[in-house]
Amino acid sequence: MDIFLQQIINGLTLGSVYAIVALGYTMVYGIIQLINFAHGELVMLGAMVAFSVIGALAGTALPPVLIVLAGILAAVPACMLVGYAMERVAYRPLRGAPRLAPLITAIGISIILQHVALLVWSRSPLAFPQIIPLVSFHVGGAIITGVQIAIILTSVLMMGGLTLMVYRTKLGIAMRATSQNPQVAGLMGIDIDRIIAFTFIVGAALAAVAGVMVGTYYGIAHYSMGSLLGMKAFSAAVLGGIGNLAGAMLGGILLGIVEALGAGYIGDLTNNVFGSNYQDVFAFLVLIAVLVFRPSGLLGERVGDRA
Amino acid sequence: MPNREPEQGTGDGVLLECAGLDKRFGGVLALAEVGFSIDRGEIYGLIGPNGAGKTTLFNALTGIYGCDAGGFSFDGEPLAGLRPDQIAARGIARTFQNIRLFGNLSALDNVMIGRHVRTRAGVFGAILRTRATLEEEAAIEKRALELLDYVGIAARGNDVARQLPYGDQRRLEIARALATGPKLLALDEPAAGMNATETLELKKLLQRVRTDGTTILLIEHDMKLVMGLCDRVLVLDYGRRIAEGAPREVQRDPRVIDAYLGGAA
Amino acid sequence: MRGVNMFAKPQAKWVGVALIAIALIALPFALAAAGTAWVRIANLAILFVFLSLGLNIVVGFAGLLDLGYIAFYAVGAYAYALLASPHFDLHFPFWVILPIGGLVACLFGVLLGAPTLKLRGDYLAIVTLGFGEIVRIFLNNLSQPVNITNGPQGISRIDPFSFGSFSFSDNENFFGLAFSGPIKYYYILLALLLLAIVVNLRLQHSRIGRAWEAIREDEVAARAMGIDTTRIKLLAFAMGASFGGIAGGMFAAIQGFISPESFVLVESIMVLSMVVLGGMGNVWGVVLGAVLLSFVPELLRYTVEPLQKSLFGRSIIEPEVIRMLLFGLALVLMMLYRPAGLLPSAVRKRELAKPDADNA
Repeated sequence: MDIFLQQIINGLTLGSVYAIVALGYTMVYGIIQLINFAHGELVMLGAMVAFSVIGALAGTALPPVLIVLAGILAAVPACMLVGYAMERVAYRPLRGAPRLAPLITAIGISIILQHVALLVWSRSPLAFPQIIPLVSFHVGGAIITGVQIAIILTSVLMMGGLTLMVYRTKLGIAMRATSQNPQVAGLMGIDIDRIIAFTFIVGAALAAVAGVMVGTYYGIAHYSMGSLLGMKAFSAAVLGGIGNLAGAMLGGILLGIVEALGAGYIGDLTNNVFGSNYQDVFAFLVLIAVLVFRPSGLLGERVGDRA
Repeated sequence: MPNREPEQGTGDGVLLECAGLDKRFGGVLALAEVGFSIDRGEIYGLIGPNGAGKTTLFNALTGIYGCDAGGFSFDGEPLAGLRPDQIAARGIARTFQNIRLFGNLSALDNVMIGRHVRTRAGVFGAILRTRATLEEEAAIEKRALELLDYVGIAARGNDVARQLPYGDQRRLEIARALATGPKLLALDEPAAGMNATETLELKKLLQRVRTDGTTILLIEHDMKLVMGLCDRVLVLDYGRRIAEGAPREVQRDPRVIDAYLGGAA
Repeated sequence: MRGVNMFAKPQAKWVGVALIAIALIALPFALAAAGTAWVRIANLAILFVFLSLGLNIVVGFAGLLDLGYIAFYAVGAYAYALLASPHFDLHFPFWVILPIGGLVACLFGVLLGAPTLKLRGDYLAIVTLGFGEIVRIFLNNLSQPVNITNGPQGISRIDPFSFGSFSFSDNENFFGLAFSGPIKYYYILLALLLLAIVVNLRLQHSRIGRAWEAIREDEVAARAMGIDTTRIKLLAFAMGASFGGIAGGMFAAIQGFISPESFVLVESIMVLSMVVLGGMGNVWGVVLGAVLLSFVPELLRYTVEPLQKSLFGRSIIEPEVIRMLLFGLALVLMMLYRPAGLLPSAVRKRELAKPDADNA
């Protein structure tokens, strides 16, 4: 088996999930310069809601594709609602307050969401029912599964859709205007509050789908899955250049690949002193390295560390 | 009250020299081959229409921006590559066009912070409250109170900086800058927003600062103040030096008149 | 003008201080009457106050959000555990290794801070969070190829504090009073805590403390006034980290056992909640916040659970979940309604007030 190719495929899969989650961070940051710490929890909620629906429908005669679709259709509005509520309750009142304040509420919201999920779904993870037949294809010495293909395709579709929305629709133009200069955008007749709420809702919808994807990929969903994933996706957004949509996509995919290759080769490279159990360190090392050496990220233009 | 710091150099001659200074922002040349020199004990004016590059020059001087070519030499030593705090330590203190006080702190604390660069107590001194630290603290407070009095806001020491009247905020900024024990005090539009009486008092204050031994570099739009206060004036337009000399000469310079009328029209 | 004048007249102040001192001295015996568990809880509360004071230097004084603070606690705890346990068969006395733990944690603080303190505040928050996770992952995995941390199993049989044959973990009788191990620890922890409070207060009202305030208020102006902002921030980071390291050492000693489980992200957030609840930048506020958030959840544990059992016949909501929900709510509600905390520092209160006209 070709380890290199295999890890690239695995990295692409996970990376496209990171990219979708990173888009949520980057959109919110681009528009109100807030790191929405609780964004990772939306991914978790998406996965949990979808898994509950999928689990309930698993015994029926519906075709698997429809069952998963039903799961997504339940997860997306649920997350949109939570995303909207989050913005309304916790962030909007603090607009204009010192940066520390909304950052601290964001952490609070994240903790609350996580533990509400724990109350609803308990500590034990939800398993993905065996409804999708395992399909896999051999590609030049590596294996790619049907689920992986589905994840990558869905991600590409969503990225395309989002790009079209941001650059081709009125709403998208209003979003970009608001991120450039909220005051001026407001003077031009754009309802800033609505645009910001909309940004959170779109980000939440993406997070919901990402949750379903990552849950399906690992076959498992649990109340604490959001924070680490969120952190990694945020790292991806920073890697690409926070506030930059293309950057989030690129950063997500790159991070996925770096992580997969790192996990695949670290044992060989370090003579087995470090093993693949250090996989989760890579994202943070990438994050720290980017922030130290190129805080504007790969595609970011503005260097944000000067007042 | 003498304003001179013990570490302050004396003697005549050039204090600040600027040569061939270029500063670019992207494709825009904000400063082009600017050169001038300021003598010790002088009040040197920097004027020009809006956007002429005056504040940019201040920011380059105080290390907020790097220079693309040329640079400054202060007290005989180049300032290139120094950070703002290092430049302050060398003896250049500044105020800001859009007042940047530590708004939520008291006026006294603002000035005491200005003493930071001339004092040395560290973490251990602070924790152990050594005699040296206590003496230094007392000296800091004493000096800060003196400076508040010097700029004429002695009664305002305990007031929150942000809540001071506008004119007092400008004075406080000057007191804070003087607290760093500067050889050169760089003021960015200190009279902006002041009424005639306040401006007159400011003029007296600045004359006193100079008499007490601190050289002044002054950006100002109030021409009456500039003409009445400055020994020499440099005029910038579109980032270029267009004239330099005594206020009266500069005032009659056709290029200057042209720049101002062109800029104001 | 400076300091906390809780009582108007000096005599009244000293009476107040004496009353508080007597209460603090009597406290463990009162708690012991309710069960030794409560003395242990009090000891842990003191540790959390200690930790919160350390984090207060970073967050409250210097205004830097550190979300990986618990990593320094971990470093101190492991430093203590490795130097005073059968794991490497080293048994240094505690008064040697507590400072060592503080120094090692300080070193980690500098290592993390030096490259990252130039970053803007919210980026710094994320980097510190990442750092906390990295430290935990290493603690979990550094059992191979050389067994340093013993992995997820952690390190056990850590030496208690002791002077010669006098060990703080044994039960003893003095003056006819039963001094259990936890009670003895209570007094030494309390003494160290008082020291920490003095250090905090003195730092706040010093040249360095003023420089931190300046940076928090306006970094550009602070630099122009000659403050080397990176160095001064690093100092805050290093001081905070040392506090964390020393607290970690005390934790290892009183628990006798540590594992990476004790140093998860949630713990960092708990300490942050304490600082925020009490009042960033105000030493007494932080003490109050840490005491409240240490005891209230325990009280809930002892009341809500029996209550649930009697009402529903079983425990529906685990006390741990209640505790966490409480922390989360504390963070959100405090920021929304009382951003400067229960006992705000005057300056911080002005800083965190909603922007209004005079702030333009």
